[in-house]
Amino acid sequence: METARYIASRFAQSLFALLCIITITFFLARLAPGGPFLDEKAVPEHLIEQMNKNYGFDKPLPVQYFLYLGRLVQGDLGPSLGNKGFTVNEVISEGFPVSFLLGISGLVIALLIGVPVGVFAAAKRNTGVDYGLMTLAMLGICLPTFVIAPLLGEFLGLRLGWFDVAMWENSSAWFLGALTLGLYYSAYIARLTRGSMLDVLSQDFIRTARSKGVAPLTILFKHAFRGGITPVVAYLGPALAGLIGGSFVVETVFGLPGLGQHFIKAATNRDYWLINGTVTVFAILILVMNFLVDVIQAWLDPRTQSKD
Amino acid sequence: MDLAPPRDGKTIEKGTSLGRDAWYRLQKNHLAMASLWFFIFIVVVCFLLPLFPFVPNPNITHPDLQSMPALSSATSMEGAEVFYLLGSDHLGRDIFARILYGGRVSLAVGFLATAVSLSIGVIYGALSGYVGGRLDAAMMRVVDILYALPFMIIVIILTTYFGNQLWLLFVCIGAVEWLTMSRIVRGQVISLKNQEFVEAARSLGLGQSRIIFRHLIPNTVGPVIVYTTLTVPAVMRLEAILSFLGLGVQPPDASWGSLIKEGADRMASDPGLLIYPAIVFGLTLFSLNFLGDGLRDALDPKSSKD
Repeated sequence: METARYIASRFAQSLFALLCIITITFFLARLAPGGPFLDEKAVPEHLIEQMNKNYGFDKPLPVQYFLYLGRLVQGDLGPSLGNKGFTVNEVISEGFPVSFLLGISGLVIALLIGVPVGVFAAAKRNTGVDYGLMTLAMLGICLPTFVIAPLLGEFLGLRLGWFDVAMWENSSAWFLGALTLGLYYSAYIARLTRGSMLDVLSQDFIRTARSKGVAPLTILFKHAFRGGITPVVAYLGPALAGLIGGSFVVETVFGLPGLGQHFIKAATNRDYWLINGTVTVFAILILVMNFLVDVIQAWLDPRTQSKD
Repeated sequence: MDLAPPRDGKTIEKGTSLGRDAWYRLQKNHLAMASLWFFIFIVVVCFLLPLFPFVPNPNITHPDLQSMPALSSATSMEGAEVFYLLGSDHLGRDIFARILYGGRVSLAVGFLATAVSLSIGVIYGALSGYVGGRLDAAMMRVVDILYALPFMIIVIILTTYFGNQLWLLFVCIGAVEWLTMSRIVRGQVISLKNQEFVEAARSLGLGQSRIIFRHLIPNTVGPVIVYTTLTVPAVMRLEAILSFLGLGVQPPDASWGSLIKEGADRMASDPGLLIYPAIVFGLTLFSLNFLGDGLRDALDPKSSKD
């Protein structure tokens, strides 16, 4: 019951956060100088007025805001002002799966590499193996994705020919992208895992288990792992938010048709509905992720529920 | 834990301050000290070396001296004698000079954006923690909501909306990077505000703002220093990503991010263009991260590895 109430309150909070984010981006976009119909060539005043009228930009801003919310509830993100003839729904449903697949497979790769490395380093703490792995992880953190990405492209792609280095359709370039993102975040996760595993391993119940003669591997995986993994789970939400920004870079390097380039173009050209739509979709993704993280955390460590 | 070195008997024995103790512990951490000196070296080189005439203007092009190898000297068409320490790029510009000038931009963004995020985060967190109650709950809810914003997207919106001026870049980055700082400061202030010295200050009749700024904030300095050291590389990375996406520094000016972008585009034909700035950038972030780790161990001995 307690858990159900906690989950419900978390859900309500997420909805409220989503509304705030949509509101912030709506007004931020509209208060910025410039407009969607300005061009390098001078556009006649009456044409701009006509366009504004067509798209409903002549109404007072609060009215537009509520009209927008009304459409949003029905799942209509509006027309794209920059991509003539396309709706925002179409643009996003084309690009989003690419960015999403990149981000999620990056996260999975990061977990598959980072967690075992962190646990291993913690088990071998203060040995050469530990220092070696942690230095490698630090190196991974310091080499930005946009350095790793071209290098991976050059060596795994061009020199060894294992992967394509560009284009999306039926190509393996996305795997290089996911690997780039995954390697970067695996370094963070490895450090985080090691730190929290060390915290748990220094607690009394572990010492008790040790003195009772429980096998070291059982201690590591059965007693310590559950507590040690909790901060990593908490990190997944922020990591996903970061992965989206990172996927923009990776998409640029490997020429993947994700949302990154669309979004940058939309922001530059004041394509209001596409900007708002993209932010809304990503915000929903992050909020869903944070919500899942909270639920998993409450299950892993019931004490977290009492924090609010 | 190591103790501070013994003193002579002449001076009156005082307790070692937290700062002195931490400095002593930091000095024992060779990796952190090496990082500190390396970082100072990079800052000095980037900001002072270009003042000397032997560093050429980074934006002067020599169309006839493209992609020169490192340590080569040549005479350009105009008859100018040029020496390339790290070679030249596809426009005949001196890579070494571009790395120095790019470093100025990257480091300046790193410092100033961190300063912005530091000021917002510290004041916000201290206020929230000190006042407590409803205001605290509301302010922390705001932080929670902002955490769910896709950062990168907001920075892209801000930089494209308000132009590509450099000062806006670090205000934008700073404006989205203060969240964790405010949480850290709030936590510290909450644990401090019920201690006796604050009670004493209050009973002496000091005003709220004086208590916050003179008594509470100075005492949060340890975790703040640590987190600041770790914010600088994070901000520099963010700037580099923006420049990489073509949203940060505009050509012909350079930052380490835009240099790496140029290098990545020409990696196959001219690997030096990517490798040199990437090494300098990587080592700088490396040193800052190690310094941050070292400071954490020094300022908070409890959290150090065993």
